[in-house]
Amino acid sequence: MDLLEFARGPALQVSLAIFVFGVIWRLLGLLLLPWRKDHSAPRGTAPYAVVAVLQANLRKMWPHKTFVKATVFQFVNGYVMHVGLAIVVLLFAPHILFIKSLFGVTWPALPSNVVYAVGAITLFSLIAGLLHRLTSPVLQLISRTDDYISWLVTLLPVATGLLAIIQVGARYETLLALHILSICLFFIWFPFGKLMHAFTFVLSRGATGVRFKHRGAEL
Amino acid sequence: MTARVTASGAPYEVQGEMSEKDRLSHAMRTFLREFGASAAIHMESCVRCGMCANACHFFITMQDPKYTPIYKLRPFEQAYQRHFGPFAPIYRLFGLTPNVTIEELEEWQRFLYDSCNMCGRCTLACPMGIDIAELVKEARHGMYAAGLVPDRLELMDRTTKKWGSPATPPEDFADIVNEAAEKYGVKINVDLPKADILVTVAPAELTEHTKALADIAKILNRMGVSWTYSSDGFEASNIGFINGDVELQEKMTRKIIDRAIEIGARTLLLPECGHAYGAARWESARWYGKQPPIRILHMMEFLAESINSGAISVKPIGSTASFHDPCQVVRRGGLKEQPRDVLRALGFEIKELADHGPLAFCCGGGGGVVSCARADPLRNRAFEIKRRQVEDAGAERFVTGCGQCRITLTMGAKHAKWDKKTESLLELVADNLEGE
Repeated sequence: MDLLEFARGPALQVSLAIFVFGVIWRLLGLLLLPWRKDHSAPRGTAPYAVVAVLQANLRKMWPHKTFVKATVFQFVNGYVMHVGLAIVVLLFAPHILFIKSLFGVTWPALPSNVVYAVGAITLFSLIAGLLHRLTSPVLQLISRTDDYISWLVTLLPVATGLLAIIQVGARYETLLALHILSICLFFIWFPFGKLMHAFTFVLSRGATGVRFKHRGAEL
Repeated sequence: MTARVTASGAPYEVQGEMSEKDRLSHAMRTFLREFGASAAIHMESCVRCGMCANACHFFITMQDPKYTPIYKLRPFEQAYQRHFGPFAPIYRLFGLTPNVTIEELEEWQRFLYDSCNMCGRCTLACPMGIDIAELVKEARHGMYAAGLVPDRLELMDRTTKKWGSPATPPEDFADIVNEAAEKYGVKINVDLPKADILVTVAPAELTEHTKALADIAKILNRMGVSWTYSSDGFEASNIGFINGDVELQEKMTRKIIDRAIEIGARTLLLPECGHAYGAARWESARWYGKQPPIRILHMMEFLAESINSGAISVKPIGSTASFHDPCQVVRRGGLKEQPRDVLRALGFEIKELADHGPLAFCCGGGGGVVSCARADPLRNRAFEIKRRQVEDAGAERFVTGCGQCRITLTMGAKHAKWDKKTESLLELVADNLEGE
């Protein structure tokens, strides 16, 4: 078994298993905890909980005007990085083929050159995010090892993917194997660190949304 | 009670005779004991973006990263991850999260009490929607159990346990009320066996704001409703809610609500006090397992309802006014429009502060900070934001609907040698009732 076969085979299977099991474990560990029911009389304007969850999730997509000046870099850079990742993962033809081989579903791809450009922008955005974390006194103080590991395992698939495209540093098969292995690393770390916010943000915003809307308060 | 200093130079105070090991254990067990899904989700969702810092008046004025709201929870986040979270065994096995030490808790007293008003402005800034103020409240439960709260707050706690109020024993309450009746020439009902409305007070109304006792009496008398104060249930401010003393919080809540039910009241009227609203309106049902069978109204809400329904009418003052939004009542309580309705009825043109309504800055004194002398320099710095915004708005009058905010803002103004008076919404209504 060569490196590429290992990456495509057991490495991917094991890491995906860890990802799926870990995410389910962590979500169940949260969702099966008791929910303290709020018995207080709701404000007359309080919507149904599901509406409050949706409203809170939408409201939190962009900061209040008063916070924009201080947080605009993080919001804009955050959007560039997240949207960039989504485009690269979901709209690159080889990725769509790979997903088709796993789940049997397919959709149209973006032209490769566009995806390459988006990949490069995403990479710069990740680097900018790290520089911000390393230079902001607040972020220096509150950052944990998890922040740096999560950054690294997100950066590596983007970087190795771009390397595989431009075929620099090693044979294409080796670069592809490294790309897949870096994704394996991402899957393995995902449930344990802050990458889980990809799932928990809906719940976190939603829980506060329900509390605030119950009180007739704005979020 | 002893004032001490940590190795890093942070002041803290301790109560009780527990060993350090016991303090730590009490803090962690109490903190984690009532952990539900909502708090756990919030503990799990921080991406360390630091955006909450820019919402906090203490960080904005001091520019010290240690005042970043989420940082104020650090020992408790560690405890959660190491002992409670879904991957706690893995975190422990690989040492990914260190054990919380008693020294950390001692140092964090100043972050959880001196420099957090539980005002929740950070909650509005957090892109994950983490309700940091609520988590700080949970963390204070742990700190109280460990005997690690500022002495002044602990003194108020002990006094309340003894008297049922941090201000006065119950046997003196009727005297204070009757003195106010005489001084302001208003008939005040106290200890009536039956009434439709039970009126409660905040500690400041029994000391420096006694006019408020007469002001609401005047309004209720004008409305011709059946109402009373009660020596057996008058204190609404709920120091247990602020300190993290859950047992006292429940006791104080039950005291006023049970009394209201006993006298057949349909409404429990809360004073101009922010934390009273949080404790009674939103958390009382927690102790009964259901909504108590009475309406619980904040004074601002009651005034707005009374004016809007025509039960009372007021003379227009015809001036400009800015309103300071009390955090627990507006941002965390949803009563943004009610005080503005009252101000408009009084004929004021409202000149809003740059940050107002749910986004208003805290007065800096909430959550017990105003009672913690150690925090005075910090509080006075935070006051600069409010002063600047009030001056920029340029209104003639400056009004609020919380006695504690009024005290804090008055203290801040005195320190800054600023001559702007902070006025009470209740007092403005009482002084301008139509037909007086």
